[in-house]
This record gives sequence, C-alpha cells and structure tokens, in this order.
Amino acid sequence: MTDPEQKDGAALTRRDLLLGAAVAGGAALVGLPAVARSQAQALAHVVPPLVPIPEDATKLLGAPTSPVGTRSRFVTASRTPTGEVTGTSFTPLQDLTGTITPSDLHFERHHAGIPLLDPARHTLTVHGMVERPMSFTVEDLRRFPQVTRVYFVECSGNGRGAYRDPKPDLTPQKIAGMTSNSEWTGVRVADIMKEAGARSEAQWFLAEGGDACLLARSIPMPKAYDDALVVWAQNGEPLRPEQGYPMRLLLPGYEGNANVKWLRRLEVGMRPWMTRWETAKYTDPLPGGIARQFSFEMDAKSVITSPCAPRTITKGWNPISGLAWSGRGRIAKVEVSTDNGKNWHEAELQGPSLPKAHVRFAYMWEWKGREQVLLSRATDETGYVQPTRAKLIEVRGKGTDYHFNPIYGWRVAADGAITFHGES
Amino acid sequence: MRAIKSYSLRRSVVPAALLVLAACGGKPGGDTPARYGIGRAATSQEIAAIDIDVGPDGAGLPAGKGSVSDGATIYATKCAQCHGPKGEGMPPAYPAIVGRDSAGEKFGFAKDAKIAKTIGNYWSNATTLFDYIRRAMPHTAPGSLTNDEVYALTAHLLSANGLLPATAVLDSASLMQVKMPAAGHFVPDDRRGGGTVR
Repeated sequence: MTDPEQKDGAALTRRDLLLGAAVAGGAALVGLPAVARSQAQALAHVVPPLVPIPEDATKLLGAPTSPVGTRSRFVTASRTPTGEVTGTSFTPLQDLTGTITPSDLHFERHHAGIPLLDPARHTLTVHGMVERPMSFTVEDLRRFPQVTRVYFVECSGNGRGAYRDPKPDLTPQKIAGMTSNSEWTGVRVADIMKEAGARSEAQWFLAEGGDACLLARSIPMPKAYDDALVVWAQNGEPLRPEQGYPMRLLLPGYEGNANVKWLRRLEVGMRPWMTRWETAKYTDPLPGGIARQFSFEMDAKSVITSPCAPRTITKGWNPISGLAWSGRGRIAKVEVSTDNGKNWHEAELQGPSLPKAHVRFAYMWEWKGREQVLLSRATDETGYVQPTRAKLIEVRGKGTDYHFNPIYGWRVAADGAITFHGES
Repeated sequence: MRAIKSYSLRRSVVPAALLVLAACGGKPGGDTPARYGIGRAATSQEIAAIDIDVGPDGAGLPAGKGSVSDGATIYATKCAQCHGPKGEGMPPAYPAIVGRDSAGEKFGFAKDAKIAKTIGNYWSNATTLFDYIRRAMPHTAPGSLTNDEVYALTAHLLSANGLLPATAVLDSASLMQVKMPAAGHFVPDDRRGGGTVR
C-alpha cells in the first residue's frame, strides 16, 4: 500500500521560496499569489526585515526585545512538508542536539489536516462502560494531579523508504525523521477513568480525535492504568496545533497514530472496535499469509545523526553521535561499529536513559582517511537487540508495512564524502 | 565514636522530616480522594451526537438502508474523483479500494508491497467500511452523508469487490451477513522484546 508516510520528504516548494524571499526582504510582495501574500504579511510582525550583517557587532546596537523569539537567521533546520493535508513532515534529526525535539520541528502526520479547535468549546467526553459519563474541558483536566514526563512519539511507518529502497542520498531526516521526543504535561488516563467510574471488567477503550476524519483507535484497558496520559502541554507550553491542541492522548512507547490528537472522546467497552486504522491501515503483513494487528509497541532502534549524509567529514577525531529509543522501556546499551559490523564498541549514553524516550549516545572516533562504514545498534532493558535489515526482511518480509527498526549505516568514502549504507 | 555520633544525628533528622510531611497533608503532593469531583456529567443527548462508532458485532449500526445501484450513483458523484471510476485509485496518493486479484487472495502482501490492499482482499470487517465512510468520507466533506447514503455506498463498494450481488439492498442485518475474505488472516501482536526478533 502506498501512502503519504512513504514519501521521504520533499524539497521546498516554489511558494515557500517566494514567501521566504518576501519575508526576508520585508517587501517585494507584489507578484505573489494572494494566499502567500497574506501569509507573508501575517509573518511580517514576527519576522523582522533582515538588516545587513555588521562587520563588528560590538560597534552597533543590537535588536530590541520581542514578544516571541525566532531562530537565528543562520539556522535553517526545517521539516519537510509535502503540501498535502494528509501528508507527513519529518524532523531534521541531523540538525538537532541533545534529546528534546523543538516543538515546531516535531514531525507531523495528519490524516485530514490540522483542525482549528477552540479550547473554550472543545471537550473530552468519557462514556460507555462507566458509572458516570463525564465531560472535561482543558481547564477541568488541569485540576487533576499533573504529570510531566519525557517520551518519544514515533510513526510506525518511520523508515519505510530506507527499508524497502535504500538509496545513497538518504539522510537521518529521511530514514528516521518520524520520531520526536518531548516533555509532555497532562493527566493520567487512570485518573480520568476513575473519575468517570470505568467498570473493572472493561477490556478496551476507544480514543477518538476531533479532526475531519475522526481518527479512532481501540486501546487495551491495561494501558490506561499503566502510563497513558491525556496531555495538553509540550515542552513547557500548550500543545502545537499539529500535535493535537488543545489535548491529545499520549501512550508512551506506542506507535504514533494511537496517540490520538485533538482528543474528543473516550468510550469504554469490552472489545476493540476494528476501526479502519487498526484493520485496513496500521497492520503489519507477515510471511505466511497473515498480518499482525494491534502491534502497538515500537521496537528498540538507534540512528547515527552525526556524521551523516550528505555531509563530509575531515580527518582526525570526530564524535559519532546519535539517538536511541525503545517502546518497551529504557535503552540499556548502544554499540557503534566503524567497520560495517565486524567489531562493536560501547558508546556513552549521555544523560539519563529514560523509559520510552530518546537518549543520545556518543563515541569518539579518529578517522584516518580510509573508507569505512559506521553503524549503531541499540539494546533495550528487555534484552532486545536492534536487528539487521536482512533479519527483519527474513521475519517480516520486504512488503511489510510498518515497524522498521533495522541497523542503519553511513559509508564514509576516502575523500570524506558520506552516503547512506542500507545493506547492513 | 564518630560513627555513633553520625548515627544519632540520623535518628534525630528522620522523625523531623516525617513531621514536616505530616504537616503538609500526609504525603508529598497532597491527598488522593476517591474522586476529585472535576468535570461535569455528559448528557445522553451530548453523547448520542458524537457516539458514531460501529463495532464488529454490529453495535452502533443505525436504521436505514441503501442499494448497490444508488451507491454507484453517489460514488460517481462524490468519490470517483479521488478513488477512480472503478475504485482503481490514483496511486500513490489514492490507493485502489476495489480488486480481488490472485496475489491479494493469497494474502501475499509481506512478499510484495505493490499488491494493492483493497476492501475485497484486506478489510476484515464489513462494519469497518460503514464506520469509516460515515466518519471520514467524502474526504473534503466529511459527515455530509445520510445513513441511507452510507449504506448505499457500502453496498456499492462491497458489490464492486464481488462480495454482494448487484441487485442487493443493504441494511444493518444484511451488512452483518457479509463474509469478508480477509477475515481470519489477522493475528495478535506476539512481539515481547527480549532476545527474539519477530
């Protein structure tokens, strides 16, 4: 099946370039399409016209304070929008450091566009097998005990292109940019279930979004009492619209689509609802004429984000750095190979390895100008080891549709040029 | 001597810490009531307005009916521009939804990603078709179809996939009689982490 998740990003559109140029110039809006013109005008108050770069910044007064900060004009990190409402937009992993994904660079995947929801009118309704059907606004939810946790969210289609069709020009953004990591704040689903009086014999709940396709997934009830959250904040501020404003479900370690955005309804019941997304869509064909269903947990995975294609490397000492994560808990170990998997060296895990969250790894390496293939391999606390692509193809088939976590590689040529190495 | 002194210091510090916690309400973070009394009761009318899901056992299927032929007419007007006149789709953005070729019948999707997953070869429940059309289609005008129109479109698409006669009229009872070829091919998740890659 082909779908927008398969697209490994897209170049800037002509409109983006025109818009960028218009905003950058602070003028020259003539000749733009009306929509682009109005967007450029709307942006004008937050993106000041560019001034010449001074020879010596210490001899010139700087810019004044502003209501909302913007990135330095020298920073170009961006997602890869396709321009479609059902599309995807990948996080530029190679441009980021640490573990937290800036909210405005969190990957996007929408099935019917981003709804514009008024928090004063939006409610979460809880009903079905409950003693007291209830309705909650965001303000209501804020009165429950608040929970703040760091978790990754990863689309289950992340890495499909590199799995099926590895090409030398793939980048971290293209092979793994549908994972992002945030500090989320919200309320335990368990507390919401308790407030509504969910019946103890209930087995599943349906989570439904308030977008234009009413995306709905059935979730096993034990997850509600484990670590599931309804969150309204991300990295210290309200959720971004593309991340579910004003509230979303956050199911740590589960595939992205189950973390229903723009959450409007939880229905408690005895069996799954068999929605389109959990039957015809997010199921995994396997050899033997079967397909795996309700495959929620994301397998352990790692990716080297530096060095990487399409950059070049210079001789001498370089850190090999990247991200690792597992939907089943903490990352226990990340190993790095600089000889295409013959020898493995344990990398340093930088900072705490939190459960179901990105952790950054690093390994110092001296490049002496030989051709080498760099790989990374994650092991999680269950003992699961990130497999090779060949192993995954053996057990899941090349046509399987979701859950791709093979060991990835970067080939460093003798001249320092780096390309993706897909046959690890 | 020094060890004893340090021990006696600890003994005096711990009860003091407990006293401070007790003064704050018994435990860090405050008390936990049986309920917080937050939110308001949802009325049955409010719930009925949004409780649109249909289950695999037919729960939630509304009254109404629609014929294959009426569905074909609606499809041509409201669906064909994206899904193609015969449900052949417009890949890659709009994959095929109609088709029963031999590769699909053998459920060989893991071997070849190019085999289109259609209603006829990959949808396990006919109820899902009704539920999805009603909640999400047409893409640019979701929620605009009457229940009769949803039954008619469901009937047309099942018929186009060879699962319903061209003369059929579909309602909740006859929808539950439809046998989907993909049913029985789906298995629960057997991955558990640890040493095995599945």
